[in-house]
Amino acid sequence: MAGADEKFMQVSMGPQHPSTHGVLRLLVKTDGEVLSSIKPYIGYLHRGLEKIAERVTYPQFTPFTDRLDYLASMNCNLAYAMTVERLLGIEVPRRAQIIRVIMAELNRISSHLIAFGSLSADMGAFTPFLFGIREREFINDLFEMACGARLTYNYIRIGGVSQDIPGGFIEKAREFLDYFPPKIKEYNDLISYNSIFIKRLADIAVIRPEDAFDYGITGPNLRASGIPWDLRRDEPYLVYGELDFEVPVGRGEMGSTGDAWDRYMMRIYEMEQSAKIVRQCLAMLEPGDHTAKVPKVLKPPAGEVYVRAENPRGELGFYLISDGSTKPYRLRIRAPSFATLSIVPKLGKGVMIADLVAIIGSLDIILPEIDR
Amino acid sequence: MEAKKIYEILSGRFGSAIQQFQENTLPPSIVVGHQAIVEVCDFLKKAEELEFLSLICLSAVDMQEKGKMAVVYHLGSMRQRHTIVLKVELDRGSPHVRTVGTVWPVAAWYEREAYDLLGVVFDGHPDLRRILMPEDWEGYPLRKDYVYPKRYHTWDV
Repeated sequence: MAGADEKFMQVSMGPQHPSTHGVLRLLVKTDGEVLSSIKPYIGYLHRGLEKIAERVTYPQFTPFTDRLDYLASMNCNLAYAMTVERLLGIEVPRRAQIIRVIMAELNRISSHLIAFGSLSADMGAFTPFLFGIREREFINDLFEMACGARLTYNYIRIGGVSQDIPGGFIEKAREFLDYFPPKIKEYNDLISYNSIFIKRLADIAVIRPEDAFDYGITGPNLRASGIPWDLRRDEPYLVYGELDFEVPVGRGEMGSTGDAWDRYMMRIYEMEQSAKIVRQCLAMLEPGDHTAKVPKVLKPPAGEVYVRAENPRGELGFYLISDGSTKPYRLRIRAPSFATLSIVPKLGKGVMIADLVAIIGSLDIILPEIDR
Repeated sequence: MEAKKIYEILSGRFGSAIQQFQENTLPPSIVVGHQAIVEVCDFLKKAEELEFLSLICLSAVDMQEKGKMAVVYHLGSMRQRHTIVLKVELDRGSPHVRTVGTVWPVAAWYEREAYDLLGVVFDGHPDLRRILMPEDWEGYPLRKDYVYPKRYHTWDV
């Protein structure tokens, strides 16, 4: 539709649009094919999770965290469980910690597979998406073995995990780890170094380090800008401190550091590292308890904590205030995608509409955790 | 740097605007007078050895029993590897505080959310609109005394 200003045309991209990765509406003003402004509208998936948290008990909120970032439910469960445990002073048994890392890293791989696949699909290559789904299926099978669910797991609970991993899990996980790394080479041959793909992404929407800090960018998007910051290494939780893994950072291999291609490639590199972590953890598993002794009724002492963890999409933080009752007084959820999306109006100024699709895809945002 | 040390630096520089040091929160918190919040944030971001380049999280909290509305700033520095929490306490009847969007642009969205859900007004904010709730929604859902509406337009809620 024509705007009041004749020179520009206003187009509403979304809330139902294949490239917005969920119900996101971008009101864009265009001059021909060039964008002059972008206004994101969010909230279509707002369920009032922070309000719900004030009305349910601490353990009852765990399933709601599944619905934050549904592509990485394990990681969301984990961050919430760690927050409540910090307030209660619960020490999680070593076996449970290792199982948690295994699940978190497997979920990171499956989440990055979707990121890799959907960005490729956005760029017009549909096959990689199917490859991603194929490998993700393997991980879903593993999760189904462990907890019965394939999407919203509710597996990592306050104190540990809901049940010990079943017999045959370790063998199946090892089978996956033998199967998966060669696939990454396949992805790279197929799409990562494809010259059309590189042309669509290199030098597009460069995020400089100072902008990354200013806009609260975290996770792979931050590391793509050349900042070697990863909570798993820099503020280690669980058993991450004992593990050997690298933190890949963007180097501007195909263009400038922090461009869309670097952000894409971070996911590929991180999948390799996650596979490495899972392999080490499987070797570290020793018999033990899968959960700490947690009282039936949880009444954390009055106080407040802020705990954050490295999710596939950045730092997920929970700011929890307890008044000593069985329900949280206030639970604030700091979702990584929310901060990430706030940089889009800045990045999208003066680019082509087709590049906007590349920007959204390379940032790998997910809407349920933005809207909460 | 230790939180206590940061508190001392701030006290030395801003005097009575730095009101209290709370060690029982995690990470420790510093209560700041709301008139000085922008200057304090700007100083924390730019001072050498502090370098709080990241506003990790901005939250508003309804402290109904005290008659206050708190705005909580979680700050972090990746280079210095430290974190700190700033708090301002506002009058619950008309919570006004200056925007820190000039210091960290990401605050613009966080502040819109705090306005949307708890009704905190950020003075100087260029675009203070609701962000998660519909534009014509009435009331602030995360307030403790919020009454759920029976109807919204033609729908029963």
